[in-house]
Amino acid sequence: MFANMDLQQLLFGRFTIEQIPYHEPILQATFAGVAVVGLTVLGVITYYRFWGPMWRDWITSIDHKKIGIMYCIFAMVMLLRGFADAILMRSQQAVAFGSEQGFLPPHHYDQIFTAHGMIMIFFVAMPFVTGLMNFAVPLQIGARDVAFPFLNNFSFWMTVAGGMLVMVSLFVGEFSRATWLAYPPLSGAAMSPGVGVDYYIWALQIAGIGTLLSGINLIATIVKMRAPGMTMMKLPIFVWSSLCTNILIVAAFPILTAVLAMLSLDRYVGTHFFTNDLGGNAMLYFNLIWIWGHPEVYILILPAFGVFSEITSTFCGKRLFGYTSMVYALVVITILAYLVWLHHFFTMGSGADVNSFFGITTMIISIPTGAKIFNWMFTMYRGRIRFEVPMLWVVAFIVTFVIGGMTGVLLAVPPADFVLHNSLFLIAHFHNVIIGGVLFGMFAGVTFWFPKAFGFKLDEFWGKMALGFWVTGFYVAFMPLYVLGLMGVTRRMQHFDDPSLQIWFVIAAIGAALIACGIASQIVMFVVSIRNRDKLRDLTGDPWGGRTLEWSTSSPPPDYNFAFTPVVHDSDAWWDMKNRGFDRPLKGYRPIHMPKNTATGAILAGLNFTFGIAMIWYVWWLAALTFLAIFVVAIAHTFNYKRDYYIPAEAVSRTEGQRTRELEMA
Amino acid sequence: MSADAHHMAGPVGHGGASAGHGHDPHAQSEGGHGTVQSYMTGFVLSVILTVIPFWLVMGNVLDNSLVTTLVILALGGVQMVVHVVYFLHMSTKSEGGWTFMALIFTITLVVIMLAGSVWVMYHLNHNMMPMDAHDVMNNAR
Repeated sequence: MFANMDLQQLLFGRFTIEQIPYHEPILQATFAGVAVVGLTVLGVITYYRFWGPMWRDWITSIDHKKIGIMYCIFAMVMLLRGFADAILMRSQQAVAFGSEQGFLPPHHYDQIFTAHGMIMIFFVAMPFVTGLMNFAVPLQIGARDVAFPFLNNFSFWMTVAGGMLVMVSLFVGEFSRATWLAYPPLSGAAMSPGVGVDYYIWALQIAGIGTLLSGINLIATIVKMRAPGMTMMKLPIFVWSSLCTNILIVAAFPILTAVLAMLSLDRYVGTHFFTNDLGGNAMLYFNLIWIWGHPEVYILILPAFGVFSEITSTFCGKRLFGYTSMVYALVVITILAYLVWLHHFFTMGSGADVNSFFGITTMIISIPTGAKIFNWMFTMYRGRIRFEVPMLWVVAFIVTFVIGGMTGVLLAVPPADFVLHNSLFLIAHFHNVIIGGVLFGMFAGVTFWFPKAFGFKLDEFWGKMALGFWVTGFYVAFMPLYVLGLMGVTRRMQHFDDPSLQIWFVIAAIGAALIACGIASQIVMFVVSIRNRDKLRDLTGDPWGGRTLEWSTSSPPPDYNFAFTPVVHDSDAWWDMKNRGFDRPLKGYRPIHMPKNTATGAILAGLNFTFGIAMIWYVWWLAALTFLAIFVVAIAHTFNYKRDYYIPAEAVSRTEGQRTRELEMA
Repeated sequence: MSADAHHMAGPVGHGGASAGHGHDPHAQSEGGHGTVQSYMTGFVLSVILTVIPFWLVMGNVLDNSLVTTLVILALGGVQMVVHVVYFLHMSTKSEGGWTFMALIFTITLVVIMLAGSVWVMYHLNHNMMPMDAHDVMNNAR
């Protein structure tokens, strides 16, 4: 490795100036756009002198509410990137027929579908889910923060560092072309010698640390920090779904880490875990990565189920139907999620015994999910339903998700799967459940908790516009893919020969354009809401007639969340308190013990980012240096004893006095 | 490692130990520390369980090497239980039963993953490996 290495290689590894794709017009335009937007944002921050507050109040913040909000903002930014990829793919497939090659050459198209899948799962859905859990869980259980606040900040910045690596790959080098799960042998050193797969691996390894740590953090929070009286069967259902999700994260993500580590060993030091020769077995990679991959599906959807449960009972003014069955359904899904992974590769050739076992477990896991759908519908039945925007998302979800679920059960039948495997039918199915389930759930959750986070509601008109465009756009974009899939059209194609298929792809592209309108409406919604914030202001802290503890405090909640730890007697604790004429205590405040902000999380994540870059480009000296630095900073942080402070009783009293005046005004 | 040890002894107590933030945790159930007697029991048991395999191998006690291997593996399993119970203070009651539940969950998942993977890959190899002439003839019959 070090035999004939010149100075340039020593300093820059395999990076050369040719690795910057400045000759590709699409990337030039993208880079220009990113540069303009980036400079504008930096300019605005400088103009409003926002650098100081941003550093003090956000980047170094270990307040779970702020970290939750930052997670959601990060997810929305990455959604724009992932959706840009989607639009490129839809328009390429709508035009590339016969002699027309479209505007994306295969090597570029392959990078785009890889980036789209990987970004949407790891850097949109995951941060969204983690963000909502971070924001809502401590508030719902009456806690003042998560169990390990510094770890929380560190997890967030590690996730961002991973996302940044993917973004860098746009302009420096290339991204992986080996699909969103980097299947070998295509992702091995022999078939993908470039930096693309390395970007993929290091982005996921670094972000994966963040995900795993935040999973541990939230489990500890839910198990150890519930308000007095809140027994497990009195937990709000969103907290239950978060607990199950985080158990899945902690049990599943180490597998992903291990599999990717083995793949990196194959690529970096020439081992043969998944290669074609010398005893390597690529199929083992499929097996292992889907043992992580199937629980991951439930990691994404369970929090969405929790959000829907909270919204349904709030907007129907009714206790959730079948709370106990809901909890058991969640727990059963948590276990069964580990028993179905093979349905992702029925066609691999394990034979009838294995396939029928996993086909049956897959059908079984749809039972608890179906039970949940009935629970939501029975909650709505004879409820006083208020069709405000979050509730409309729930209705859109129920209809859409049931369709997606049924096509999923169809795919669970191994003989049917042999026909539909890797076809556009599969693509339509999982977008049906991920958009219709996860994404609708996250949008519902953002609309629902936005007034809690910022003290004013989101604009209703633009919220409904966004909903309308997203829902119709989804159906127009993905129903044609079901049709195409049944005709046998496979996924990941850059070009088609049969002109009779074109009309379906054109319809799908129109659907993508409608979704673009939906996203535009959401951006307008945020802008309009912020401009009209005084009109949309909510002073009560309880704008929806909420049922759980987060609505008992002010909006936005004070740093310490609750001046007094609430005592819980019922699963819908705040509803119960309101019904029994709860009196807010107005005196007797005591100093509140709080964790102190720290920059260590952001610094560590920055070092990890640099380490990732160094490993990707084989800049060994930098990799060694940053790796050492990570340890030094982490150990140095343990000697920092100034980690906590007390909010004095007078400050608490002032904040609560302000809240009293607001409540009188409302 | 010294950092870890330092944490344990650090000023901020239970709950926020590894993040270093003292909270007022609502559930104050300590993991429980063993007594001298329980540590001694564990130590003596694990010594005995270590000595037996050495004795079996060095003294050629059993004629059959397969039986020896199985006995050593079984003793290894018992050794694991002894460590977990006496040194890691695993019991059905510690932390309100949460640690025991986590252990059961972990064991279940590891068994599912390992057994499942072996099963899946065994069938795959059986079905997909290139067959030699002998197999082909057997299948044809």
